[in-house]
Amino acid sequence: MRTILYLIRKEFLQIFRDKFIGKAIFGVPIVQMLLLVPAVTFEINNVRLCIIDRDMTTESRELVNQLEGSTFFKVRFATFSEQEANNLLHRGKCDLVLQIPPGFGKETGIGNPGRILVSVNAINAVNAQLSWAYLNGVIRDYNMNIVAENTGSLTFGSFPQIQISNRYWYNELLNYKYYMLPGVLGILVLAIGFLLAGLNLVKEKESGTIEQINVTPVKKYHFIIAKMVPFLIIGLIDLAVGLIIGKLTFNIPFEGSIAILFLGSAIFMVAVLGLALFISTFSGTQQQFMFTAFFFIIIFVLMSGIFTPLESMPLWAQKFDLINPAAYVMRINRMVMLKGSTFQDISRDIWSLTLIAIAFTALAVNRYRKTA
Amino acid sequence: MKKFGNFVANDNLNFEVYEGEIFGFLGANGAGKTTAIRILSGLSESTSGEVIVAGYNAKKQPEQIKKNIGYMCQKFSLYADLTVKENIMLYGGIYGMRKALIRERTDILLNKLNFREYGDRFISDLPLGLKQKLAFSVAVMHEPKIVFLDEPTGGVDPITRRQFWEMIYETAARDITVFVTTHYMDEAEYCDRISIMSEGKIVALDTPVELKKQYDAESVEEVFVKIARPGNTPHPTPISSRGEGE
Repeated sequence: MRTILYLIRKEFLQIFRDKFIGKAIFGVPIVQMLLLVPAVTFEINNVRLCIIDRDMTTESRELVNQLEGSTFFKVRFATFSEQEANNLLHRGKCDLVLQIPPGFGKETGIGNPGRILVSVNAINAVNAQLSWAYLNGVIRDYNMNIVAENTGSLTFGSFPQIQISNRYWYNELLNYKYYMLPGVLGILVLAIGFLLAGLNLVKEKESGTIEQINVTPVKKYHFIIAKMVPFLIIGLIDLAVGLIIGKLTFNIPFEGSIAILFLGSAIFMVAVLGLALFISTFSGTQQQFMFTAFFFIIIFVLMSGIFTPLESMPLWAQKFDLINPAAYVMRINRMVMLKGSTFQDISRDIWSLTLIAIAFTALAVNRYRKTA
Repeated sequence: MKKFGNFVANDNLNFEVYEGEIFGFLGANGAGKTTAIRILSGLSESTSGEVIVAGYNAKKQPEQIKKNIGYMCQKFSLYADLTVKENIMLYGGIYGMRKALIRERTDILLNKLNFREYGDRFISDLPLGLKQKLAFSVAVMHEPKIVFLDEPTGGVDPITRRQFWEMIYETAARDITVFVTTHYMDEAEYCDRISIMSEGKIVALDTPVELKKQYDAESVEEVFVKIARPGNTPHPTPISSRGEGE
């Protein structure tokens, strides 16, 4: 036990003596939070429209006005040439082309369905779907108005219809910052643990200092644990820094218990550190390690559910996420922060993550060789 | 024996080292000295054969061996970004020494090396000679039974080399066996016994005086040149017939 303390002391001395790392471990979380949380959003504000109005009636005018009135759309171009419109779409000058064919006003006037044609730039599938959904909403409203107007004596209210009032639970305002922030906290801790700890061990290999350790009676698990503890502590401090920034700048709600959030992240970090050290036992150079680490980090983050919901991933991807520690921490962070989940609510995730952490650490200890 | 793929780095090495002696391990570059020393200190495993160090079997009790040996790598391997005192403290702690004892030894060590003012300096700021002396002191700080020194004086100035050998003598006087490789033949003369390796085999092993007599040479250097140059057929000296025991 005393040996571990001596080793941990050594690691801390070395980390904070490195002028760059010593500062970066506190600078990185601040910058990441301030940049990523507001930058990564699924909200769409300025969908640029190109209108081809071949109808030129009050009805078509009204539809265009209604689109212009919404906060999502900006009518950028109006033309009569389909070719020009397609060209604009092609060059990325507009996101959506709306064609109103001649007779639109007349048809709707006499009670036949009016037709319009919409082309969406779907290079970004998420954007395309969202702008389509917004457009649909506007047209639905417009439809209602026509119906109300054309049914003359009948008042709109007397129609048999269903009125939906909805509430978005756990994120009432559908604020994407609230959705992203818990995820960014996970990424932050992941990057620090994975890269710093792994590189640290490989650096000892490169400089040869590990040889001097390997001829001593140091136990393998002592050495691995001593490599983990400092980064675990730094990671949790970074988490605290991130939370404080979240509170101060984005006024992030915090429904659950801070202790459970830290517990989840601590277990997550052990898993990440275990895997990083396991990989570093294979790596001869820092370059090799970085390359492998990058591979894992990308997979872990993109499949974690931070951007896309886990439920919409293919089944095999969901199966993979059973061993993806980042998927657990995303869920735990969001559940605790936005929903106020208690330990009982997320105990399954906590226990699974614990198993992963133990497994990865065991692999690292097992794979670390004092004798080549 | 140690094989790397098809290459036999150490072939049929049979030798014993007595307690408290200074054993010089000579050989040309690439003769297999470092491989042998890495096997003896537990950094590498032998492909076949039996290795007993400080009374323990290298295959069965490697951790027992590690408690009882010191090792100084050919490549300097204390932590450059820690101070002298911090390095001493770390290795003292790893070998399970009490804090008070580490302090006491640190004091003695720094005094003996005239290192007092260097205690809080970073290792990276020390000149090579001091680094080597420090590495040696750290390697024997926990009073091991045997210490392995892999070319400890490579690149070191003659005065420091002399001081280094004084340290080696002092260490041997404390009944710590010193196993040392070197390319300096004057240093070989200081050893109690020397062995000379060539192409993975030990081709000579005796006291410097005996070897010079056998090979009709003025100095160990002459002996070395006569037998260690690759391609030379070594003088048939039957090593295994020499009765040795600990």
